Amino acid sequence: MLTLKQLTKRYTTGDKALTSVSLEIPAGQVAALIGPSGAGKSTLIRCVNRLVEPTEGQVFLGDTELTGLSSRQLRRARRRMGMIFQEYALIDRLTVMENVLSGYLGYTGFWRSYFRRYPQPVVQQAFKLLQRVGLENFIDKRADALSGGQRQRVGIARALLQSPEILLVDEPTASLDPKTSRQIMRLIKELCVERQLAAIINIHDVQLAQLFADRIIGLRAGQLVFDGQPEQLDAEILTRIYGEEDWNHASESGDVEEVMDPSVSQNHAQVTLRAASV
Amino acid sequence: MPVKLIEPGNDLSQAEWKLRTTRQQWLIWLGWLVGISLFLLCWKVISDNTMWVFVEDAPRQGADLLRRMMPPDWAYSERLWKPLWDTLNIATLGTLLGIIMAFPCAFLAARNTTPHPLIRSLALMIIVSSRSINSLIWAMLLVTILGPGILAGILAIALRSIGFVGKLLYEAIEEIHPTPVEAITATGASRMQVMSYAVLPQVMPAFAGISIYRWDINIRESTVLGLVGAGGIGLQLNAAINTLAWDRVSIIFILIFATVLVSEYISAKVRKAFI
Repeated sequence: MLTLKQLTKRYTTGDKALTSVSLEIPAGQVAALIGPSGAGKSTLIRCVNRLVEPTEGQVFLGDTELTGLSSRQLRRARRRMGMIFQEYALIDRLTVMENVLSGYLGYTGFWRSYFRRYPQPVVQQAFKLLQRVGLENFIDKRADALSGGQRQRVGIARALLQSPEILLVDEPTASLDPKTSRQIMRLIKELCVERQLAAIINIHDVQLAQLFADRIIGLRAGQLVFDGQPEQLDAEILTRIYGEEDWNHASESGDVEEVMDPSVSQNHAQVTLRAASV
Repeated sequence: MPVKLIEPGNDLSQAEWKLRTTRQQWLIWLGWLVGISLFLLCWKVISDNTMWVFVEDAPRQGADLLRRMMPPDWAYSERLWKPLWDTLNIATLGTLLGIIMAFPCAFLAARNTTPHPLIRSLALMIIVSSRSINSLIWAMLLVTILGPGILAGILAIALRSIGFVGKLLYEAIEEIHPTPVEAITATGASRMQVMSYAVLPQVMPAFAGISIYRWDINIRESTVLGLVGAGGIGLQLNAAINTLAWDRVSIIFILIFATVLVSEYISAKVRKAFI
């Protein structure tokens, strides 16, 4: 389904975010991408749909080589990849329905979308999705009137309206409380099973990753350091991914300590701004 | 800022921290000294060039002027409604025209939405040149080109408004959240769709606020355009001052004041509605 070959990303600042990462994700597989902050998880996901341009290497979605596409072809290819974000990335001042329908933008022309004239089957599909994620009573609410969990559900519905073949999910639970986090992860997992979707999920919560993923991929400093089953994760592998720590005392801290790297968040800002000019 | 630290390995109780180094501190004092001296020097130059006889006379002259303004020539207001209406039209139509031209300019000038750096500098140039010329001067130029009248006034207001609205709007565009832009781009949307879905809703409140604010300013500016022949109540004001008809000047002031109050009220209401 999705194949990465020797994918490398070097930012203009000289920081190497990814070093020849090769991966293959078959259809229907939910893979969790774990690793410390600054390991290149977000960069990897964004290199797939080219919100970030990879420096070297190839990305294939099915038979299509994404890395070689012109901008018009890239737009068509992006329709096949749904993306879900940490801060939901909804348009606050638009309604829930408008936000979900924006998942269809890749299929429709400018004026139709400007006047919100979506084909009836698409609107019906949007209704169905909103019902599936449990927001059928919030259709005309403004997106900024919703809670975090509800907003992420809108984000999920938007991604699914694209009828994607794969979901790229960037820290879906990082802004949510533990219970909502589990609900959102369960929902994503269920939807992937229902629709035979593949998914890459960036996540820093190792327990959640183990609970809901079919496969764990560990990234450290831009390199693949682990690729295996969730059950295989043990103290030795966690140390390989995150560095030295007393992993057997999970109850004391529960979560994984993170080291903030300022250069990384800087790169990120650059990247997001550049997405506008593609 | 600059830190004066003890070498590593030394006793920490000896460590010292200061906001500024001694050198910087002295430079700041020096800066103050130069600034204050310059201020006093300017004070002296202005004082030497002032004819104090006239200034001492000022309170009496002011009182005299006020006495001649009172009571206002209320009957004259009959003939002021038409020019006042012209003034409002100049302000409103000029603002509208200015907004229409400023809107695309702002998108071309914002760093995150411009199609090309060259186009960006072109748009910035339009904005800067519009801003650098006062509407009264625009009006003078246009009156010589188009002849006196309302049209010159409308265009003067419009040309000045492009810069104001354009600059504030492109700054608002540059400050939007980038993640919705990423999200809409990731759906496969085209550039124009990204603008209309991810950028436009985010800048809409700012755009409405800026436009209504400029309209508010333009009402005030259009009251003086008549001084150079560009239509509106300024023409009457000019005539009244030239003929020393101070009771007429005062009624014109009162009308302008009332109009500005009303526009202030309306713009406050509209701004509140758009958040």
